[in-house]
Amino acid sequence: MTLTPTPSTRNAPSPSGSGVVIDIRQASVRFGSFTAVDRVSLTVGPGEVFGLLGPNGSGKTTLIRALCGLISFAEGEAFVFGRDVRTDAERIRGRIGYMSQKFSLYQDLTARENMDFYAGIYGLPPALAQQRKHELIQLTGLEPYLDRQAGKLSGGWKQRLAMVCALIHSPRLVFLDEPTAGVDPVARRDLWDLLFRLAAEGITLFVTTHYMDEAERCARVGYIYLGEMLALGTPHELKQMEGVTPPGSRWLEISGIESASLFTQMKERPGVHEATLFGLSIHALVDAQASLRDLGLDDPRLTVIETEPTLEDVFVSLSKAQDRKLQLATSPQGGGA
Amino acid sequence: MSAADHAGDGFEAFRSSSQMLMRQSGWLGSAQRLYAVARKELFHVLRDPAMLFFTIFIPIVEMFLLGFAIDTNVRRIRTVVFDLARTQESRRLLDQFKNTDIFLLKEEVFSDEELKSAIVSGQARIGIKIPEDYSRQILSGNTAQVLILVDGSESSIAGTAVNVSNAVALRASLEHLLQDRPMPVDSRPQVLFNPDTRSANFFIPGLMVVVCQMMAVTLSATAIVREKENGTIEQLFMTPVRSGELIIGKLIPYMVVTTVEFIIVTILMRIVFQVPIHGFYLTLLAIFMPFLLTMLGIGLWISTQTNTRDAAQQIAIGTVIPSIFLSGYVFPLDSMPIFFWYVAQIVPTTWMIDASRGVILRGASWAELGSHSLVLWSMAIVILTLASARFQKHL
Repeated sequence: MTLTPTPSTRNAPSPSGSGVVIDIRQASVRFGSFTAVDRVSLTVGPGEVFGLLGPNGSGKTTLIRALCGLISFAEGEAFVFGRDVRTDAERIRGRIGYMSQKFSLYQDLTARENMDFYAGIYGLPPALAQQRKHELIQLTGLEPYLDRQAGKLSGGWKQRLAMVCALIHSPRLVFLDEPTAGVDPVARRDLWDLLFRLAAEGITLFVTTHYMDEAERCARVGYIYLGEMLALGTPHELKQMEGVTPPGSRWLEISGIESASLFTQMKERPGVHEATLFGLSIHALVDAQASLRDLGLDDPRLTVIETEPTLEDVFVSLSKAQDRKLQLATSPQGGGA
Repeated sequence: MSAADHAGDGFEAFRSSSQMLMRQSGWLGSAQRLYAVARKELFHVLRDPAMLFFTIFIPIVEMFLLGFAIDTNVRRIRTVVFDLARTQESRRLLDQFKNTDIFLLKEEVFSDEELKSAIVSGQARIGIKIPEDYSRQILSGNTAQVLILVDGSESSIAGTAVNVSNAVALRASLEHLLQDRPMPVDSRPQVLFNPDTRSANFFIPGLMVVVCQMMAVTLSATAIVREKENGTIEQLFMTPVRSGELIIGKLIPYMVVTTVEFIIVTILMRIVFQVPIHGFYLTLLAIFMPFLLTMLGIGLWISTQTNTRDAAQQIAIGTVIPSIFLSGYVFPLDSMPIFFWYVAQIVPTTWMIDASRGVILRGASWAELGSHSLVLWSMAIVILTLASARFQKHL
C-alpha cells in the first residue's frame, strides 16, 4: 500500500493478548471480482466505543457481517474475543449483540413477546431471562409499552425495544449498524446516553454512523471508503492528519454578520481553499499567509478565530485524495507514467 | 458519565447479572431455542387474519361446494324426442329410456330442424328420433332403427348416453325376442364400499388431502420468506440459533395447524356429508404425517428460492396444480396414458389420496397401506434434506 501512514499505524493503542475484543488483521471480503473490504486491520479494546464511518456502500455493514461469520473473509484473519471468526462463529454469536439499521423486530409480536423470543433464542434460563428483562425494561422505560405490538410503537420506542433484544443475553460486544438512522434527535441523544452507560460497564460498542456529531462522541473512529480503511484514531488524532490541513494553510471560523452573502463572496477569493456554511458561521480553509484584508474579512463586526478542522473536513479531504489516487491509477496516462 | 450515577435504576443489577450469565447448552438449550422459534411462529400464524381465513375457511367452503354441488354421476340428461311413429311400441321404448333415470324427456319436437337446433342451442343434450315405420318394422321381423343424437361436447355425458341407449335398445330387442321367457343372462353389479356411488364419498377423501396440502405448502412457503422480506432474518442469523432448530421450530406449528385442519375436515365429512369411515382413522393420521412433512418440505424449499411472499405463494399454488390433475383426485389414474401414470407415481398426493380413500372407503388397514407410508416417508426425508441444505445460515 502506498497510502500515507495513518495515525492507526503510529498511535493506535495496541491492546495486547486477552484485552483485545476485536482483532482484524489485513482482512478482505470479496463478492466475485468486487472487493467490498480491502485489507482492513483494526483492533478494538474492551469498553471502547468505536465508530466506523463511511459513505453508503463503503463496506461498513459487510465488515460487521463478516465479523459475525455471516460472510467469509477472502484473506486475512479476524478474531472476536480471541476466537477465530472462521471456525468459531456460532460461539461468537452467542456473546455479541447486534442491532441493524433497519428495524428488524417482529412487528406482529408485542414488545414482551419479542423479548421472550430473543431470550429463548439465546438460551437464557427462565429465571435469568426474567431478571434481564426486568433490568432492561427499567433501563429503557419500556414498561408501559410491553403489550403493544412492536409495529405500533413509535420510532424511538422501537429502537429501545431493538436495543433490549440485542442486550437480553448480556453481550460483552454490541454491533450497532446505523442505529440512529431515521430517528428523531431526542431519541438519538437518549440512545447515545444509553450507549455510554453500557460502555461504562465495560461493554464494547462497535457503531456505524453517518452523523459527524456521533463520530465525535466515539473514543476512536475509523473511516472506510470504497472498502479501504483510510483513517483510524481518536477524533483528535484524525484532525491532526497531514493533508487535512495542507502546509501553509489554516482553518478559520467566521461569525458576526449575515453569513450567506459573505460566504458567496469568500468562495471567490483566491486565498480561500474551502468554505462551508454552518448556520450563522463559516468554516473555511485559507492560506496562512493571507491577511484578513486579503480574505475580505476585515469588517470590524466579524469575529474570526483560528480553529481546527472538523471530522467532516477530515473525511471529505481523505475521500477526495483517495478519488484522485484511484483516477490516477485507472487512467491510461497515469498507469503508463 | 459513570455507572455510579445510575445506581438506583437497575444498572447495578444489570452489572451483576452480566457476570453470572450462563447459557443453557446441549440438548436443553437446543430444545429451548426450538420452543422459542415454534412459539413465535405460532403467533405469526394466529395474528395474520387473512392467512388464517385463506387457510382454514376457504378449504371448508371448497368442501361444501364439492360435497353438495358436484355430482359426477350422470343423471337426468335433458332429452328431446321426435316421435314420428306415435304407436304403443314407440311409447314403450320412450318409457324405457325414461326409467333409466339417465334421460330426462323434456319435450317433444316435430321436425328434424327442431331436433337439431335443440341440441345446438344447448336446450337438450340428447335427441331421440323414432321413425314412422318403427312398429311396422318390428312386427314384420325387420330391424327398426332409432336415431340417438348425442351432444359430444361433454364427453362423460356423451359416453354415458351412448352406453345407456345401447343397453336400452338391446333390452328392448331381447324382450321382443324372448316374449315371456326369462332373460338368459342377468348382470347384477354390486358396487362395493360406496353402494350408492355417491360423489361425495369419492371426492371428499381426496379433497381433504388436497386442501391440507395447499395449506401446508403455502404456510411453510412463507416461513423463511417473511423473515427475508421484513429483514428479520439478518437479526436471526446473528444469534446462535442453528439452521436445524430454526427449520424444525418453524415447521412444528404448521404441522399442528394443518393436522387440526385435517381433523376438522374429517369431522365435517363424517357429520355433514355422511361419508362413513370404514377403516381405522389413526392409520390414516399416521400416513398423513410423512405426507405433511413432504408438503412442508416443499414449502420450505420454495421459501429458500424466493425473496417475496407473493412469489412464494404463487409457486406454492403452482405445485398444487399437478397434484390435483395427476393424483387421481379428479381423473382416474387407470385411464391415463402410461407416461403420465408413471409421473403420477412420483406425486406424493397420489399416494396420500389412495391411502385416504383406502382407509375411509375401503376400510384398508396398515397391512394394505404400509407401502404408502414407506413411500411417503422416503419422499419426506429426501425433500426435507434438500430444503435444509438449501437453507444455510450464511448471507
